[in-house]
Formats: sequence, C-alpha cells, structure tokens
Amino acid sequence: MDSIEWRSDSPESTRQFGATLASICEGGEIFFLNGDLGAGKTCLTQGLAKGLGIDTPVTSPTFVLHCQYPGRLELNHYDAYRLDGSGNLAGLGLDDLFGARGSVAVVEWPEMLAADVPSDYMEVEIRVDSPESRIFCLKAHGVGHRRFMSRLAEILGVAA
Amino acid sequence: MSLILAIESSCDETAVAILRDGREVLASLVASQIDLHRKFGGVVPEVACRAHMEVLLPLVDEALAKAGVQPEELSAVASTNRPGLIGALLVGLSGAKGLAFAWDKPLITVNHIEGHIAAAQFSCPEMTCPYIALVVSGGHTNIFLVSGQGKYESLAQTLDDAAGEAFDKAAKLLDLGFPGGPAISKAAVNGNPKAYPWLNTCLPKDGENFSFSGLKTAVLYAARGQKAGRKGPLLLDEQGVNDAAASFQYAVVRALVKRTVAAAKQAGVKWIALGGGVAANGELRETMAAEGKKIGCQVAIPPMNLCTDNAVMIAVRAQELYESGAFDELSVSAVARCI
Repeated sequence: MDSIEWRSDSPESTRQFGATLASICEGGEIFFLNGDLGAGKTCLTQGLAKGLGIDTPVTSPTFVLHCQYPGRLELNHYDAYRLDGSGNLAGLGLDDLFGARGSVAVVEWPEMLAADVPSDYMEVEIRVDSPESRIFCLKAHGVGHRRFMSRLAEILGVAA
Repeated sequence: MSLILAIESSCDETAVAILRDGREVLASLVASQIDLHRKFGGVVPEVACRAHMEVLLPLVDEALAKAGVQPEELSAVASTNRPGLIGALLVGLSGAKGLAFAWDKPLITVNHIEGHIAAAQFSCPEMTCPYIALVVSGGHTNIFLVSGQGKYESLAQTLDDAAGEAFDKAAKLLDLGFPGGPAISKAAVNGNPKAYPWLNTCLPKDGENFSFSGLKTAVLYAARGQKAGRKGPLLLDEQGVNDAAASFQYAVVRALVKRTVAAAKQAGVKWIALGGGVAANGELRETMAAEGKKIGCQVAIPPMNLCTDNAVMIAVRAQELYESGAFDELSVSAVARCI
C-alpha cells in the first residue's frame, strides 16, 4: 500500500499534521499539494515549516512563485497558480532544488505545471469535507517517498 | 547636480525614469503589460520576462530622448533587484548592468519596497521622519517604521496572502476580471459593504499582522458554495456580486487602516505614508486620510501613477543611495524575496 487518508478537523490540527510530516523529513522530499482555494495548502505548509524549525512566517508565494526559508532543512515553497498551465518551473530556473539534499520542496497548484514533474514525490490531495474539516489523501510515488509513507503510517498508527 | 537613470521590472511593468537630483522628473515611461496578462487572469511570469526583454532598451532610448540627456551626462544607472519575480528582476538588472558597464557609470540597486516608500516621500516632501509606512501591493503587505533615511523597521506583515493578491483572486472568483483592484472597486460602488461580515477574517489574533487567506476562502464560499470549489458555477446575481465586492473591499481597507493607524499611535508619529499598487484604491486613500486625521496624523499618498509600479520611485531611492555612496558591483544578483 502506498496511500494514507487522514482527517483534520481544524486549521490547528492541519498545522500539527504538517509538523508531523516535517519530523519525518530527511531532505530531498517533494510534496505536491492538490486542493482548491482555501483547502488549507498554505496552512499545511506553515505547519511543515514550523516542524522544520522555521520561525519566519510562511506567506503565499503566488506573486514571487518561489520562497526559500532556512531551517533544520531548507524549505523551498513553490506556487504554480499563476503559470496557468502555460509555463513550467524548469523554464524559470526554479526546479533546481527539487529533491536536493538538505532541502524539502512544497509545490502548490502542481496541476498548473505544464510538464517536467519529478518521478519520486508525495502527492497530497486535500478535500474540503465541511467548512472546518479536511481529508488529506497522501499517495507516494517512487521508492523514496514510499519509504517516507511507511514511517508516516507508523507514527500515525495506521496501516499504509 | 546628479542625473540618475532608473529601471523597474520586478513584476508586470517595465519602467524607465530619469531624474535630476532625485526631485525633477525629466522622463518617466511605463510600458504596461496588463493587456498581455488580462486573458490569463494574472501575471504569467514567462510572458512577463519576454515582454520586459522586448521593451526595455527601446524604453531606455525613448527616456533619454525625452529627457534630452546623453548617456555620458548620467551620474549613475539604477535598477530594482529585489523582491519580485526572479526572471523579471533579472531582465531589468542585467540591462542596468550592461548599460552601466558600457557607459562606465556606477550601478545602484534598489529594494522595490523601499522604492514605494520613497514615492510617498517624493510626493510629500514636507513629511518628516519618523513616520509609519504601509506598503501594499500584489506581492507585499507590510507596515514599517521609518526612523530616518534608509532606516526601516518592519512592524507587521501579512501572514499568508498579500492584499493585492487577494484582490486579484477575489475578482477571479466573482468573474470580475483582471486586474482585480479596479474591477472590485467598480463593482463595490453599487454594493453593500455590510452584506458580509468579513473584517475579522483579516485581523489575526496577534493584534499586529494581517491575514487575507481566510477572506479569500470566504469569498469562494459566498460565490461558488462550499462544495463546488472555484470551478463551480457562480451562485450570485449581479447585486450579489456587487455586495460581495463591496464587503471584500471594506474588510481589506478597514483591516489595513486599523493596523496602520494603531502602529502610528503606538510609535507616536505625526505622519503615515502609503505606497504600492493597492494604495491606488480610492476607498483606502480616503479611509486612511480620515482615520489618520483622528489621531493627529497627516497622510502622505502618492498620486495614482506613483502608487503602481514605476521607475520614478526607484530613481528617488537611488538618489539617496547615490548621496551616501552605496554603489554595487556588477556581480550583484537579483533576489526574489527578502527574508
């Protein structure tokens, strides 16, 4: 099995989930966050950042496309919203840090990327269940992220 | 006497200006790319970079001709190098480097946000330090205490989305088009600002900063329902859209004014400066002036054309840096975001 479902009932528990993901990160992880406006992509990323020991506020990278934060591991936060399927991160020189050692990459709106997505990554689909609650569906792609998934399942006490 | 040629290309505008002594505008040109971007509902970075490249040098030539200035007469070449779209910044900065090298002039790099603050100082020379500055645009929502020339202390910022970005996203959710600011303002004229109680979503509990992500979600739910998402059908009629636009604008403007006025009161300053594209919003200008007055603060607001991105503001800030001898090597790089 290479997928897990996890439910959050508040922004706070979403942040906590992000911190849990961070606690497993060793560098090289790539998270693709799929979810509508307001689903909680930035919220999850904020929790992940906190878990990586990043104190500066993680703000939306929609305008600048890419924000970088130093921490226990460096966080590279991408937002492809404005690319609208017409561009790619590589064309902008922004994909150099995908899977880099000592770095964790989070990509919001990955479906807006035209092409050149990596093969080893974690797909995170966020479904809005009610105004407060969200269902996170994680699906591991590639060997590296399947290993990540097993550790996550252990910590959450669920069968992956 | 000094003559500075400045280039701005951090987002969707390519702009070139030539100023004498940081006060007299000899030329100010802005090649707007808005039409290119309108069909995408936002700035598409690759489009932005290509367009900057096409217009930059013709714009420099035109500015020199308009100002009646020969390159050898210039004192320095300046360019925005942070923060912004990295590719867009690189076009302007590389152009400035090339010109500085070819003309054998010093290079000065300018922080775009400091440029927006400089625009207020330029428009209102009687403003004295210390003052509180609110810079609010597509990529930034920051409150600074400016205690002296070049002395900026960040007091507050958005915890998630920038205010201008929220305008663009809300306008898209309400099918109002791009750019979002003017579109929302136009619809808001005929709407009820009290239709939706959204102000508190913009004011996080820390009592200092801003948050516009929750507001965006609130607009999404009002416009498309809770389940359908942004691709669902628009559930509001024309009046409903106007009401949502008016309530959205009310929430953003009131949040910005509330935090800024509180910061001014706390710092005990006599002046508030506004800058950035969202400062072109009429509602924000009027509300800030009125609320500032209540605590004895005058409000310095640049004219519309100096609120949106322009190169005059870059030249004004570059003049200060020129006077203090803050020149850059040609190896200086562009920075997308200042952490």
